Amino acid sequence: MNKKASIDFNQMPDAHGHFGPYGGRFVSETLIYALDELESIYRSLKDDPEFQAQFDYDLAHYVGRPSPLYFAERWTRETGGAKLFLKREDLNHTGAHKINNTIGQALLAKHTGKQRVIAETGAGQHGVATATVAARLGLECHVFMGEEDIQRQSLNVYRMKLLGATVVPVTSGSRTLKDAMNEALRDWVTNVDDTFYIIGTCAGPHPYPELVRNFQSVIGREARQQSLAQTGKLPDALVACVGGGSNAIGLFHPFLADESVAMYGVEAGGFGLGTGKHAAPLNDGIPGVLHGNRTYLMEDENGQIIETHSISAGLDYPGVGPEHSWLKDIGRVKYVAIDDDEAMDAFRHLTRIEGIMPALESSHAIAYAEKLARQMDPDQTIVVNLSGRGDKDILTVAEIDGITL
Amino acid sequence: MNRIKQRFEVLKQQGRKALIPYVVLGDPAADVTLPVMHALVENGADILELGVPFSDPTAEGPVIQKAHERALAHGSSLRDALTLVKQFRETNATTPVILMGYANPIERLGYQHFIELALDAGIDGVLTVDLPPEEAGEFNQQLGEAGMENIFLLAPTSSDKRQKMVAEMAGGFIYYVSLKGVTGAGNLDVVSVKQHVDHIRTLTDLPVCVGFGIKDGASARAVADLSDGVVVGSVLVSKMAELAARGETSPQTFSKAVSSLVAEMRDALDN
Repeated sequence: MNKKASIDFNQMPDAHGHFGPYGGRFVSETLIYALDELESIYRSLKDDPEFQAQFDYDLAHYVGRPSPLYFAERWTRETGGAKLFLKREDLNHTGAHKINNTIGQALLAKHTGKQRVIAETGAGQHGVATATVAARLGLECHVFMGEEDIQRQSLNVYRMKLLGATVVPVTSGSRTLKDAMNEALRDWVTNVDDTFYIIGTCAGPHPYPELVRNFQSVIGREARQQSLAQTGKLPDALVACVGGGSNAIGLFHPFLADESVAMYGVEAGGFGLGTGKHAAPLNDGIPGVLHGNRTYLMEDENGQIIETHSISAGLDYPGVGPEHSWLKDIGRVKYVAIDDDEAMDAFRHLTRIEGIMPALESSHAIAYAEKLARQMDPDQTIVVNLSGRGDKDILTVAEIDGITL
Repeated sequence: MNRIKQRFEVLKQQGRKALIPYVVLGDPAADVTLPVMHALVENGADILELGVPFSDPTAEGPVIQKAHERALAHGSSLRDALTLVKQFRETNATTPVILMGYANPIERLGYQHFIELALDAGIDGVLTVDLPPEEAGEFNQQLGEAGMENIFLLAPTSSDKRQKMVAEMAGGFIYYVSLKGVTGAGNLDVVSVKQHVDHIRTLTDLPVCVGFGIKDGASARAVADLSDGVVVGSVLVSKMAELAARGETSPQTFSKAVSSLVAEMRDALDN
């Protein structure tokens, strides 16, 4: 741990957006100026007390923060082992952690004076969170969404429309989140003068991974204080699901320097790691370049990005935020995988014994936390990020149950 | 001497402008590209730009995206591009060939390994859309050591500082992107192109060629008058798409179709 102890996690990324060999800015020339502009606005506002006060105010009064840290007593008792706490991001306005970041980026957008925002979305949670802040600020909003995801997340599509956003179906490539991000980048390069791109995860070109992390770190800062207040100590372990990884980095980052806190990022194991049909690049991928950053990717022997599979649209992404790639390599966070069936079991189990219906994404974290708790002692604690609520997944679950609603 | 440099010297002596057509390797079928490359040269192409298919071509508009998809549907890859250029060199030793594509397929082979194979195949330069100067240091150095040209883009949005940085690193020619947007967009602004090209010329002795938005002989001529050459892509690729959609499979049909388009542009540039 000596090497890790000497790292100042707050000094990452470096000036060019690199986390070790990962991150950076792999985009075509036209976009560099927009990224430079975004970075300079972010740098000028980051430590500005007025900006921070506005962000905190919105999180408190609009999002409803702090979100509770809930001791899941029955779940703990039935599991046997470490005490299980849920960080209730599902109770945020719009039902997931995504809103923390869109509030922050919308404030940045407001400072640029740009009147149009765009976003990519997979499960639709980030699309809804973007459409929400756009409605509040009176900004024109276009959300790019893969045609396949539009089918499986029709509730969120309609929510976005009600909020006044235009949902643009993406029909290229695999018609999922990665293609939605391609299309958003193409729109941005074309309309760069009047458009602000609100990226939903801690990936993309610098400075997105850094600023998304910083906006989401409110999760970890609260969890740290709440753990100390409720248990008198730091948690022994943190567990969060990882697609792009924004809820995980938000929980982990404020604890990275705390060597006693173990961290587990849970990727989507899909049909199983051995089948190749999954979305777990940190478990079964290799480093490469996609969507403006170098990171672990799912790709074939020719360097083509391959189609991923997960029961949860929000984890169905072939890449991952570059900071996670780095945290994996230095050994600070352990990345594991939970397959579709395990996630479904966890979804049902938590719903039945705690009366809390987790998003299918978050269900991956729930499933792993349960395995982990059994290997730990009753005086130890685990904080699990319940990143979103499961209402949006009801049609998917009903379909698995053979029920048409 | 590198074939790209040689070609621009000859063009300069003749007082002519470079015509640089772009097609995607393996679009729509593996056996089409080689005859098309030869046909492009016979009808007046000075340099060939070969697009390497990638699953996530974020800088491309719909026309070229679809070409990438058609090529990937039967598994075209960077390795095929290397094989193809080697075959092209069996009968053409003089026309420069540039590979245009994205970083990931090259990184998968490894920079050094790619460069060895590319040199052996007779490739003269590369344009890697998502490797801007900040990220291209190592690759740029290795290409330079191998005598291959690294071609960089400059955009209407490039700051003065960046234009200087690119001018210092770039080889072959500067590729000025004439508009904000993806390939195949249509809003070409000749006045703005002139301003930018003039400014780039104060920073470098490299030729400056212009691409994006050139659709026919007239627009090619208008832009060539302000620069050292033009890159033409979507109009050719869209012709190929039209034939493919009609169920054409004969390589000769594709060659003939692109030939007439390129011949028209050559004529507009020279007369």
